[in-house]
Amino acid sequence: MTALLEVSHVSKHFVTGGRLSRSHIDAVVDANLSLSSDASEIFTIIGESGSGKTTLARMILGLEHPTSGDIRFEGKRNAERRTRAARRDFYRRVQPIFQNPFETFNPLKRVDRYLHASARTLFGARTASEAESVIDGALHKVGLSLREVAGRYAHELSGGQLQRVAIARALIPNPSLLIADEPVSMVDASLRMSIVTLLRDLRDEFGVSVIYITHDLATAYYISDRLVIMQKGYVVEMGPARPILDAPEHPYSRLLKDSVLSITDAGTDGLVSADRSESAAAWERVGTATLQEREDGRFVRL
Amino acid sequence: MTENVLTVTSLKAYYRMAYFGVDREVRAVDDVTLSVRKNEVYGIAGESSSGKTTLIKTFASAIRPPLKIVGGSMTYHFENGDIDPYAAPKAKVDALRWSHLSYIMQGSMSLLNPVRRIRRTFEDFAFRPMGLPSSEFWGRVESHLQRLDLSPNVLSAYPHQLSGGMRQRVTIALATVCQPEFVIADEPTTALDVVVQKDVLAMIRDVQRQMGSSVVFVTHDMSVHANIADRIGIMYAGRLVEEGPTRTLLAAPRHPYTAHLVASLPRIGDTTPKVALEGRPPNLAEPPTGCRFHPRCPLAIEKCTTDVPPLEPVGLDHRSACWRSAEVRPLTRIGHQELEVAG
Repeated sequence: MTALLEVSHVSKHFVTGGRLSRSHIDAVVDANLSLSSDASEIFTIIGESGSGKTTLARMILGLEHPTSGDIRFEGKRNAERRTRAARRDFYRRVQPIFQNPFETFNPLKRVDRYLHASARTLFGARTASEAESVIDGALHKVGLSLREVAGRYAHELSGGQLQRVAIARALIPNPSLLIADEPVSMVDASLRMSIVTLLRDLRDEFGVSVIYITHDLATAYYISDRLVIMQKGYVVEMGPARPILDAPEHPYSRLLKDSVLSITDAGTDGLVSADRSESAAAWERVGTATLQEREDGRFVRL
Repeated sequence: MTENVLTVTSLKAYYRMAYFGVDREVRAVDDVTLSVRKNEVYGIAGESSSGKTTLIKTFASAIRPPLKIVGGSMTYHFENGDIDPYAAPKAKVDALRWSHLSYIMQGSMSLLNPVRRIRRTFEDFAFRPMGLPSSEFWGRVESHLQRLDLSPNVLSAYPHQLSGGMRQRVTIALATVCQPEFVIADEPTTALDVVVQKDVLAMIRDVQRQMGSSVVFVTHDMSVHANIADRIGIMYAGRLVEEGPTRTLLAAPRHPYTAHLVASLPRIGDTTPKVALEGRPPNLAEPPTGCRFHPRCPLAIEKCTTDVPPLEPVGLDHRSACWRSAEVRPLTRIGHQELEVAG
């Protein structure tokens, strides 16, 4: 197995405040994960806000440096990419997709301008016609075409379309890894499925691996191959997605699953606050707990 | 016969704009007829730009130009008499606010003034409508906060010192402290984490039961509706396309749009492939003729492109606006037996 991405013993420590009000935050503690370049997969990171899932993604993207530990993409650490060209090569292989498509695009610029910029700098298109064919190809992968998008401003497209354009932009340099930070949380529930299905199709048809960051367990169940569940910086459960979500073992994972609302609850009057005590008790022990392997391949911090 | 708190008859609210000599009319709410009963949670579901926010703005009588009421009527039946907020004098409508009619808003961070303590915000909103002496007022506020599991200490905090869930509970406390008969909740839990979302929903439900008030709950998330609403109304492109009791509507939808909305939701433990609806919601400035859903509808026939289907009863307490409502079949089976309601 050759590793596409290897995250080993990564921690991130933030210090905020001044001399008198200093506080320390462990955003990510001792995270380990790896993606193989042989088979593309959707790897999901689940957690509430403040669980460190976005920090982990930013470190993989090289926007943040880990306090300790090592992140290697195709065998190389980010700190080793010293030249501009090396960093640009990295972003040809790894591309981000952000949460709110309306904030991703400048409202005063035409949407296709970003596509052209990506085609020129990341793909290396030399002529306008070459750029256009590259852009059109990327838009076709997400079910759009350049004719529909050319000359439009962000407000003229719906949220779902705009998020597709954002994904198309990320696909222009033919990356092998997409990092999608809550790509559907700002999109209507009815359009959510078309975006997550698109991520799955990218994996199946074009061999793109996706790190899918979310707090929505239902879409994670639908598309992920593997997942990690994070509680305040600690990985508490990691392994194959469906077995974990069918029967979560860690108390925090169980709490998350119990809190998921489902249409099958209609009329059951099941709307009671989830019991937090076990999850809180597990959090007390988290510093001394270790990741233990189970038969179905999952790791649980107990 | 249960009593209604709000009856709306063929309400039309349009945005009218005239820029650069071009008149544009956006029919955000077109011919909506519905009623909200006493002591129920009425859920309004729909995609963005389906007109659901415009609808509740007209409910709250918070309309500003270019939004205009073009036709229809709306009457509240409060304990102290009936009132049509668009016919009554302004002073009378203002007196309704907060004590009879209140609003839980989306994005609690932008609602609470960041440079004033929570105590001041309570004073601004609730002191006058309650009309109580100061000590009694703060006693009531504190006991109400406790009902929402908040310590009275939050009164002396600034909004940024509270977590997202606490802030949302503060806005719920603010909206319900005067025990209003009618509460409008606009996506109150959309920005919250899953665990907190369930707590907040449970709290809204408990407060509603204790006070016996009516809540209009707006969200695009059908699984939230399934948990909190007694009845659901589905909006599509400015029109109410289906309305019914929650269980019936989810298990046996009678409009193709509702059937798709329910079937497209992923569920843990459900591995069947989900099909998203093709196309996008129509532009409300130029809505399609006939049934507004026909360009995306798998059941569309010739008639749908020309004639507007009326919202007609299709079962007990269940109305649907579709020419072929009898042929709509649920696209997914929803779990347990008791949900299998006879169509």
